[in-house]
Amino acid sequence: MSAPTQVLFDAPGPRTRRLNTTLSVVSVLVLLGLLAFIGWKFQDAGQLDAAKWAPFSYAVIQRTLLAGMWATIKVAIVATVLALVVGVAFALLRLAPQRAISLPSTIVLEIFRGVPVLLLIFATFLLFGNDIGSFWSVVIGLTLYNGMVIAEIMRAGILAVPTGQREAAMSIGLRGSQTMRLVLMPQAVRAMMPTLIAQVVVLLKDSALGFIVTYQDLLYQVNAIGRSYNNLLPTFIVGAVLFIIINMVVAGLARYLEKRMSRKTAASTGPAKGED
Amino acid sequence: MNTLIQTFLSGTWGTLSLFGVTLIGCLIGGTLLAAMRVSPIPVLRGASAAYVNVVRNTPLTLVMFFCVFGLPYLDIRFGSTAAMNSFVLANIALIAYTSCFVAETLRSGIATVPVGQAEAARAIGLSFTQVLSFIVLPQAFRTVLPPLGSVIIAMLKNTSIASAFNNRELISAMRGAIEVRGDIVIPLLLATALVYLALALVIGRVFDLLERKLVILR
Repeated sequence: MSAPTQVLFDAPGPRTRRLNTTLSVVSVLVLLGLLAFIGWKFQDAGQLDAAKWAPFSYAVIQRTLLAGMWATIKVAIVATVLALVVGVAFALLRLAPQRAISLPSTIVLEIFRGVPVLLLIFATFLLFGNDIGSFWSVVIGLTLYNGMVIAEIMRAGILAVPTGQREAAMSIGLRGSQTMRLVLMPQAVRAMMPTLIAQVVVLLKDSALGFIVTYQDLLYQVNAIGRSYNNLLPTFIVGAVLFIIINMVVAGLARYLEKRMSRKTAASTGPAKGED
Repeated sequence: MNTLIQTFLSGTWGTLSLFGVTLIGCLIGGTLLAAMRVSPIPVLRGASAAYVNVVRNTPLTLVMFFCVFGLPYLDIRFGSTAAMNSFVLANIALIAYTSCFVAETLRSGIATVPVGQAEAARAIGLSFTQVLSFIVLPQAFRTVLPPLGSVIIAMLKNTSIASAFNNRELISAMRGAIEVRGDIVIPLLLATALVYLALALVIGRVFDLLERKLVILR
């Protein structure tokens, strides 16, 4: 990916080098100016006062933030596990040789994949929220949407396994289910691992939607702390940093796995990309 | 019944106006970010990379939370009415977020433009800006039309998050309708889903058409 950026411009001569230096200085100044403007605005609104940041040294605030973070992670973990189960199930249903099975599952999949996650969460919350609470509403909403996306990823992975694999498995006498379980699935999961993890990052990001249905996740706690201590922006910054750290860890895992995979297999499935 | 339809129509209009403004904004923002990313100036390259990596890993809910609740704290307001203000702020959040995905998509498109194209352009003496705007970006855009389509459709679905931040659009119309008519919750949910599916279908068709006319397969 570095090659094209290298060919877009010539190796700079003395004049261009001077121009580039000037432009670098100007862009540094503009960026610094932008940061200074934001800092000044913060200062102006009194959001930089030490008093606004002091609450973060209280144990109770730290505990609340950690509890919110744990609530977010809990939703993400439960939803990921369920979405993987739903995803595998729907991938198999769509690949079923009987049209009576594959057609309805395709329709269901396209509907759940085509609407916003928020709508699915709201629907679950409005229809069953009283019985199952906001936690399960968020989990089920996330599961329905991401399960369908994972189903499509898995299906693409299974279809991308060379046909010879399936034929060889059949010819040594494995049944259809055995071929799927022992031969096709392991290869598909391997090839699709980076894309699957990219989707998990999307799911993790979407779990912040729980805030909207009053699930007490990280963003909910940020909002609550910010309103009661009147330090919304400092709390927001702390919360955002926590969120970004979690996401970057998972995204980094995806990159690491991708690198490892690309060493071992020649089959390329393109860059990993989630769908949100 | 009539009032229900009216509610939904105004909700759809809200979603469409959020979508339209953000569409234009994120294409411009994404192109700028991608251009910065491949520019000869290291500072701009670094700034673009840092911005894209941070915002891409932040939930949109958080970005919108900052824009709609945070910016007014800093005395940054737009428009004369509260509704206008949250519309503009929600659009800023959507543009800030979606631009990152457009930029990443474009960058992968720039990588697919054959090296010879840029070399030939440089050989006839075009500058970096000219190489990018006349030779590389037009080809990159045409190559990445399909993934760009899914980014745009994802953005359409993301406009729903604006409903939680005092914006009038489909989801908030649906919630309003449900409050009035608690007896027909399921039809209302289905109707909302149908509108989203229809909108996504139309955008998908538009991109299919563009693709058939413009796309360059490599």
